[in-house]
Amino acid sequence: MTTRLQNTFAKPRPAFVAYIMGGDPDLAASQTVMNALPGAGVDIIELGFPFTDPMADGPTIEEAGIRARKAGSSLRAVLGMAKAFRKTNTSTPIILMGYTNPVYHMGYATFVEAAVQAGIDGMILVDLPPEEDGELRALMDAQGLSLIRLATPTTDAERLPKVVSGSSGFVYYVSMTGVTGSALSSGGSVTEQVARVKEASGLPVVVGFGVKTPERAAEIASVADGVVVGSAIVETLHENGADAALSLVKTLADATHGTAD
Amino acid sequence: MGKIDNQIFPDERGRFGEFGGRFVAETLMPPILSLEKAYAEAKVDPAFQAELADFMEHYVGRPSPLYFAERLTEEAGGAKIYFKRDELNHTGAHKINNCMGQLLLAKRMGKKRIIAETGAGQHGVATATVAARLGMECIVYMGAVDIVRQKPNVFRMRLLGAEVRAVHSGTATLKDAMNEALRDWVTNVADTFYCIGTVAGPHPYPAMVRDFQAVIGHEAKEQIMEREDRLPDAVVACIGGGSNAMGLFHAFVPDESVRLIGVEAAGKGVKSGLHAASLTGGKPGILHGNRTYLLQDEEGQIADAHSISAGLDYPGIGPEHAYLHDIGRAEYVSATDDEALEWFQRCAKLEGILPALEPSHAIPRTVELAQELGEDGLIIMNMCGRGDKDVFTIADALGEDIAAGTEG
Ligand SMILES: Cc1ncc(COP(=O)(O)O)c(C=O)c1O
Repeated sequence: MTTRLQNTFAKPRPAFVAYIMGGDPDLAASQTVMNALPGAGVDIIELGFPFTDPMADGPTIEEAGIRARKAGSSLRAVLGMAKAFRKTNTSTPIILMGYTNPVYHMGYATFVEAAVQAGIDGMILVDLPPEEDGELRALMDAQGLSLIRLATPTTDAERLPKVVSGSSGFVYYVSMTGVTGSALSSGGSVTEQVARVKEASGLPVVVGFGVKTPERAAEIASVADGVVVGSAIVETLHENGADAALSLVKTLADATHGTAD
Repeated sequence: MGKIDNQIFPDERGRFGEFGGRFVAETLMPPILSLEKAYAEAKVDPAFQAELADFMEHYVGRPSPLYFAERLTEEAGGAKIYFKRDELNHTGAHKINNCMGQLLLAKRMGKKRIIAETGAGQHGVATATVAARLGMECIVYMGAVDIVRQKPNVFRMRLLGAEVRAVHSGTATLKDAMNEALRDWVTNVADTFYCIGTVAGPHPYPAMVRDFQAVIGHEAKEQIMEREDRLPDAVVACIGGGSNAMGLFHAFVPDESVRLIGVEAAGKGVKSGLHAASLTGGKPGILHGNRTYLLQDEEGQIADAHSISAGLDYPGIGPEHAYLHDIGRAEYVSATDDEALEWFQRCAKLEGILPALEPSHAIPRTVELAQELGEDGLIIMNMCGRGDKDVFTIADALGEDIAAGTEG
């Protein structure tokens, strides 16, 4: 795990994790938003890279990916965004998020080298379950980069230890069965689930999928080590522009940190 | 190359060599593992096999005939050409062999909500048919482009009680329908069975679908031995995802003297870039749960496939084909839209059989092979579907308006 991630989770407050699609609406505008995220209270940036066939995403993120690709975004371009970000920020962790094929196509070893160069801290690949991630994990581990695993409501007690055992940095708990951007899941069970994952992993647990409002973010922050918001930010950025998106980010971050007034 | 033992593929990780595997979201791993377990149990359960065999005989109409295509043979002027007539199955294609197997498995697993993706609509119709028969709810995802070009099948599915959901994302064809079906599965994982229509997807689908389709090759082998008292020199089939081809090939894989030939869709020509020939024009990659050959660009983005045939319009191919290709056991060639159109018409007039556009791609390569092998040769081609569903597309391509007086 990178020092940046260690420092982030060493803080006594829950982390606010913001997802943006790298290159949406275009590379320059997306870079501006990314650079402004830490100032709006973001502790970890989840930087999406586009893929033609985002099987686990709802329409909001799928359409953001289509816009990004039209504007010339790709895994390579998104690595470039991270590199540019690092010129002015060396403390906020960047976690790439996307699908396996662009990474596989670049070549795992080539990718890891480029990721180190770009100042990446970790990655989440939605379609790379523990059964298939050995080769990439070994290469990333060797460079201190985290390949973060996902636990879901279908990950049962028998499977959970296997899923969390190889995770590094933190575990991402997907709070519901469904695609990104789906309707809000009801509270309750998330508390137990987070406890279950924390106990099995001994790692920080961040919770995402279906979190859209400050109320929900605060609720989750009371039981988890971090809260991820994606679709709500992506949608606001698309519909109302960068200022609106950053002010939403600030509200969500404050709610997560318990510093809302 | 040594003899291949059919029993060893795939391995326990669902790999055919380096291809296959289980590249899915964590949410889907537990259901995939439980499907694998349920299938492994059903496979060796005589009661399950007996129930399947009974439906195959009395409902699907198996065995399908092995037919000597005498006039096509004469026209080609070489090897004898036989058609394995899976277009005579109930619902008009090989697809129902697989649906019968998967839905009986779903029943066994207590799943009542069935989802499927479809391109040509044949798999959708077959799934809707078996779901109706077994009293199950059925939702079929279909690309908006395919809904237009395969109208008759859309209506058939609705008549059978299925809900057809149009998919507008991406290229609005088969791959996007599959994305949408996967999204549905991720959302409704507890009560839903995903009936994949070809030898693709995460393990165990490629092996399971192959096993359910393998009846084609097993019958064909027995039938050709009876008719000709020898194995064929080659078996030929068209390839979308590769299920009818794998179904025909499987029994012959260990028989080294039998050439296995798959025909991909070359669209407007492989060099034009507008095609669906994943093995001929693609590179290894990861999509829809498995590692296989894919049409993709230099950034690993999936490229659009192009084919006049909705059933072949897919940028990937089943992982077992990728493996048979790489080890040199099977050969993969292609045929263009124009060739398929031409041989559709010639087959109709020569044999009185309207082939589906998909197997129409296999005919020109079969004819050439017949010429190459000469009169002593023997070929089996999989006539895996009938062309009734394609008459609108064909009329359109020939510039004829057969829908005059209706909304078109
Ligand atoms: C008649 C027919 N043949 C072939 C195919 C292609 O699929 P596969 O390659 O899996 O046989 C389809 C698909 O819809 C079809 O309907």
